[in-house]
Amino acid sequence: MTELKCTDPVILNQWHPLSSIDEITPGLIHSTMLLEENISYGMDTDGNAYAWPFDNQLPTRSRLTSKTVRNPLPIHIAHGYVWTSLGEPPETLFSFEEYYEADRINVPTGVFGVNVSAGRAVENFLDMSHFPYVHTGILGEEPHTEVKEYAVEVSETRDEVLATQCQFYQPKAALASEGGAMVDYTYRVPHVNCALLYKSSPNDASRSDVIYMFLQPMSQDWVRAHTGMCVIDEDNTYESIRYFQQVIFGQDKPILENQYPKRLPLDPRSETPIRADKTAIAFRRWLSRKGLRYGVIPAAA
Amino acid sequence: MKLYDYELSGNCFKIRLFLNILGIEYESQTVDFYPGLEHKSPEFLQLNPLGQLPVIEDEGKVLRDAQAILTYLAVKYDASGLWYPVSDPGRLGEVAQWLAFADGITGTASAARLHDGLFYELDVEAARAGAHRLFRILDEHLWFAERVGRDWLVPGDHPTIADIACFPYVALSEEGGIYRQGYPAIRRWCDRVKRIQGFVGMSGIFTTSHAA
Repeated sequence: MTELKCTDPVILNQWHPLSSIDEITPGLIHSTMLLEENISYGMDTDGNAYAWPFDNQLPTRSRLTSKTVRNPLPIHIAHGYVWTSLGEPPETLFSFEEYYEADRINVPTGVFGVNVSAGRAVENFLDMSHFPYVHTGILGEEPHTEVKEYAVEVSETRDEVLATQCQFYQPKAALASEGGAMVDYTYRVPHVNCALLYKSSPNDASRSDVIYMFLQPMSQDWVRAHTGMCVIDEDNTYESIRYFQQVIFGQDKPILENQYPKRLPLDPRSETPIRADKTAIAFRRWLSRKGLRYGVIPAAA
Repeated sequence: MKLYDYELSGNCFKIRLFLNILGIEYESQTVDFYPGLEHKSPEFLQLNPLGQLPVIEDEGKVLRDAQAILTYLAVKYDASGLWYPVSDPGRLGEVAQWLAFADGITGTASAARLHDGLFYELDVEAARAGAHRLFRILDEHLWFAERVGRDWLVPGDHPTIADIACFPYVALSEEGGIYRQGYPAIRRWCDRVKRIQGFVGMSGIFTTSHAA
């Protein structure tokens, strides 16, 4: 690609998710959009993945063979997803050790297009205060609306935002829950467009279920949200876990799409946070320090 | 009664909403519409060769198409006859007119939502333009109705299945990038629909407070 529409090196040099491996038909060419560029991708029957700028010679849904791919983009396969980059990506991606634990069930719960910036979507994912109002009867309910004090840090060694000691009352925290409970949460933002939350597993008090959201910025204000769960649950089916998470995500969608402005403002004076927004404040500062310009409204210099 | 159902489908929501308003118990069987495409599976095509949701099974009868199901439920289970005025040809004709209009909303506003949210390949600009054309007609109709003290699509004091059929994909239109700032009468009508006794929401449509 010679002329890219996106010129922000911070976002160009990231790994971006394209698809869960589950949703790729081996041997077929798939297409999507990344940073306003049309991108094709696919996996061959040996499990090798490819991505390249859209090429008229290789139409979507035609057969993929490695020989046919010209101008391949960098590829990384990790955490059940195929990732690519339009710039110079780092050697590694963030860690997600739970994904590789043998007794867990990994469910990509679907990829949804949302008319909002990636930053706004991450922030909503980090927010607990909306649970009783948006996910009523599932992730929260009145009068249990308090966001208790919690801790936030930016881990310098791992370069990620970390919120710990979060607690919230949830009527039905997971599909496997049998009733309401105080649920412990930990949030990680290890990538500008990816967030993971760890919450007490109803099936194993000593461990956490993990829910993640990996965002693929199609443009500055239209994203593909790849969501999934990595849970300890022997009783529920893959489909029912996926459906549970789709109901939750469908509830968030109108909230996300009614954010104004759609891009995330990084100037601390542009929106007024409350104490419950500590994680979001840390996230915005972290993005500012990285010098991110794409999908955000940078603070005035 | 069994409803072949998918939470995020506005057409399935029409049936859930109306069953709830009528207070009818039913069993919901989830069809893995996305990403599983279960509605295109051979088993489901036996039930509905069109490969579309919703479908109901009621006392051995299998029926497809949201508008057809609303009609069937109203005549069979609404003893008041208010939701589908069979004995009033003029109003019944208007109900049928708006049921067809609801199909037009599905073909435009719902199509744009499928493009933006689930990546269906279609001409989204054409879909949005088509939805705006219909919304303008709907808004004007409702605005003039309000001038003469009418709350609903069809003249009369009580809503009809026309309101149920047209409401969901109007209320979900922003998911397809179709904003409703320019349609004040539509927005007021949506609030009135949400205040119908027995209203339930869905993922993407919130319930509202009671009228002041």
